[in-house]
Amino acid sequence: MNKKDIYWYAFIAVLVAIPLIPAVAKNSFLGHVLILILLFASMSQSWNIIGGYGGQVSFGHSVFFGIGAYGAGMAVVKYGIMPWPGVLIGALTAAVVAVIISYPCFKLTGHYFAIATFAIVEIFNRLFMIWDWVGGALGLDYPLVEEGWKNFMWYETKIHYYYGALILFVLIFGIVRWIERNRIGYYLKAVREGQEAAESIGVNSTLVKLTAMAISAFLAALCGGFFAQYNLRVDPPMVMSLDMAMKFVLITILGGTGTVLGPLVGALILIPLQEYARALWGGLGGGVDLMIFGLLIIIIIVRQPRGIMGIISDVCSHVKKVKGIALETKGGG
Amino acid sequence: MTIFFQIAINGLLVGMIYALITVGLSLIWGVMNVINFAHGDFLMVAMYISYWLGFLVHMDPIISWIASGTFCFILGILTYRLIIRRCLSGPVLSALLATFGLSLVIRNFCLNRFSPNFRLLRKTLLGGKKIVLGGLYLPLPQLVTGIFALVVVFVIYYIIKRTRLGWAIEAVAMDKEAAELMGINTDKIFALLCGMSGACVGIAGGLLPSYLTVYPEVGVLFCFIAFVCVAMGGFGSILGALMAALLVGLVEAFGGFYIAPIFKYVVIFGLYLVVVTFRPKGLFGW
Repeated sequence: MNKKDIYWYAFIAVLVAIPLIPAVAKNSFLGHVLILILLFASMSQSWNIIGGYGGQVSFGHSVFFGIGAYGAGMAVVKYGIMPWPGVLIGALTAAVVAVIISYPCFKLTGHYFAIATFAIVEIFNRLFMIWDWVGGALGLDYPLVEEGWKNFMWYETKIHYYYGALILFVLIFGIVRWIERNRIGYYLKAVREGQEAAESIGVNSTLVKLTAMAISAFLAALCGGFFAQYNLRVDPPMVMSLDMAMKFVLITILGGTGTVLGPLVGALILIPLQEYARALWGGLGGGVDLMIFGLLIIIIIVRQPRGIMGIISDVCSHVKKVKGIALETKGGG
Repeated sequence: MTIFFQIAINGLLVGMIYALITVGLSLIWGVMNVINFAHGDFLMVAMYISYWLGFLVHMDPIISWIASGTFCFILGILTYRLIIRRCLSGPVLSALLATFGLSLVIRNFCLNRFSPNFRLLRKTLLGGKKIVLGGLYLPLPQLVTGIFALVVVFVIYYIIKRTRLGWAIEAVAMDKEAAELMGINTDKIFALLCGMSGACVGIAGGLLPSYLTVYPEVGVLFCFIAFVCVAMGGFGSILGALMAALLVGLVEAFGGFYIAPIFKYVVIFGLYLVVVTFRPKGLFGW
């Protein structure tokens, strides 16, 4: 069942990808938007593991994202090798860091946990700003090296980045799909719904949450590595800021937390909005794009706190109800 | 030794301002269990009001806090009516995210209208004056602002502890349903609380331009520090918020002097993590 699901997702992804290739190949703005959609959907999906299924709303995922980005950046810029080992080391470091900082934080609940994760982002941001070994506030600027999969860098066309993002997307969505159907997914949901109750039936809640956090941080760091390779630049305000951390949360909440498709739906709406608003209104003295972005966030959260997946399920149940009434009246008449 | 006391005084003066901003946040957190992410942006708006009143009609920040306080009072009530009220039934953090959206709107509106330039009021009544007391310098703008902030904090404390309105607020904080059964209009209380919270930050923001520059991002750091203070002080405890704010002011000043200026915020946020590790509900929380 599980394997089938993963294949099914890969199949759908390929189906979706094929018609989009020509649009991307033209190196158009649309291609850029598509790559970002896939990337941000993957990022939010990695957040969804702990934030959605685990119910631990972390605003600190940009730390892990940033560590992954710095892993890739350091490998290429400082050591002049290909980014792959850097990404792997970055992702493992992110998982370890996640476990170390989450262990005390998981004692906190609700807003205390949220504020603790804010504080962690601020601390990491400032430390990376003054840490000369990783480039400090100047950040890391990529040198131009030979293009290809070995260096994960292309200049002529964005199509390969698109494939890379697609692989990342399928990988992370597959993993989350697998988790959802697996024992750990049920444990996580049990802990989210009631930690004491879950513990009383023998779930080791700390272990479950730490495992989920480590997986989540590992995957977020992989996305960070991709982001660094795509932008060819890493600096603390770009990858380790609170704004980046909020994107993980907002996209998932907008789409619907704790659902497999939620992050994709959220990214499909927010990323084009952000990119096109910036392209269209970026020149109006700045800020107009973010104002519209903010208004949209307010409207969606005020209207339906469960996100767009909530709206969809409302519509579905409404349709069912209408159908049911129609059937009843038919039967009765 | 003089230096030590001088740093302590500077820290306390900063801490008093933090206290007023923190109390505003603490009011709605304690009663409604909501964090207003746009709190820092209310502060920024209040600072802009005070700045423009000073720049255009030469009103001193000592007077214009009335205008900015009133404006933020209304802004707070509007935020409650339009946004926070509709989030109360949702998940715990939905109000935080919705007000994050509001913060984006306000901040970028100011960025668009007023440009990202830093603006400083010149020729204010207190600007540049100071009192010298036995080798210690007390800058007058900071001193007046700090004492004023402290007075407002005590007024709020008095309202909560000694008036009928305050008892109603405390009753709602303890048990919303029971308070409703006793005939307390919780909706009105919540709206008033958001207004009071806005007024606190509006007064603070009205006074600050007498010595601080104004720019669209100015509220962000204040907002984070207020988050940390309110969580460190403990759930809805005004006294806790005051103590935590003064402590944070002191830590910031001493950390900046003895470690390195760039580390001072790292020290503050680190202190918060240490405190909540040992007391997960804050210093004065239960």
